Amino acid sequence: MPSEAGHRLYVKGRHLSYQRGKRNTNPGTSLIQIEGVENTEAANFYLGKKVAFVYRAQREVRGSKIRVIWGKITRPHGNSGVVRAQFRRNLPPKSFGASVRVMLYPSSI
Amino acid sequence: MSATLEATRPAGQKKTFGKSTREVPHHTQKAKKWYPAEDEVQPKKVRKSIRVSTPRPSLTPGTILILLAGRFRGKRVILLKNLSQGVLLVTGPFKVNGVPLRRVNARYVIATSQKVDLSGIDSKKVDEVAGDKYFAREKGDKKKGEEQFFKQGEKAEPSSSRAADQKAVDKALLSTIKKEPLLISYLASSFSLRKGDRPHEMVW
Repeated sequence: MPSEAGHRLYVKGRHLSYQRGKRNTNPGTSLIQIEGVENTEAANFYLGKKVAFVYRAQREVRGSKIRVIWGKITRPHGNSGVVRAQFRRNLPPKSFGASVRVMLYPSSI
Repeated sequence: MSATLEATRPAGQKKTFGKSTREVPHHTQKAKKWYPAEDEVQPKKVRKSIRVSTPRPSLTPGTILILLAGRFRGKRVILLKNLSQGVLLVTGPFKVNGVPLRRVNARYVIATSQKVDLSGIDSKKVDEVAGDKYFAREKGDKKKGEEQFFKQGEKAEPSSSRAADQKAVDKALLSTIKKEPLLISYLASSFSLRKGDRPHEMVW
């Protein structure tokens, strides 16, 4: 195995915003743009997949400053490949623009 | 009320009131003065049953899988058998990529189109490993106190019987793998995503 082989087993996604209307936001549902996904058909591949928002915090919890908020992709949003995701705890608005990890499991291949 | 209960019921007492005697029933045998105001709650009957899971069609024994999570994530392994409830029995083979005989959840696995011929494999051994008890933790005597405290850091030696089983299962596999060019290095390499990779467009 070449040493420069990667270890990434997730697809990068970006937290765009919450699901929202003109004036109201709905923080229970987050919109995520997955890298390389430009239409609904491609987005359908990722439905149900686990998403992780990994971030660093000041205080150590169980020996680690890295924390995770887990969620899953629920459905496509619109026609441009954006998906909706729900997290166990709503993502903070600070995470708009931040990248999230879209895992390849649960797999149906 | 059943007959046995009737027999064990506390008997009444004979009591004298003035001149006459009368049997006074035991207080538990007296009729209740009131009906209970609320009905007694019947416990709910469990109507659930364990449904038999069918593995997805791509997961046929001999398929090369990519593990997606856990200690061996990214590794390519060979599927030996479908166990019950969406569990798979896989092997590296151990000599090729370090993955031992192991159970994995089918949801954490990508099935590739590549297959390995499983003929000639020690199927008796595979069935033995696939049994319920094989991977069960040994309920040894729990060492208490000092001894256990100092043993914490030490790693348990892999048991020699497991190693022998691994060899027995992998033996036939290795010889078939070696016949096909590049297959051994394919199994040894691990899977990962690179920049611009699109899993939704990949043909697995």
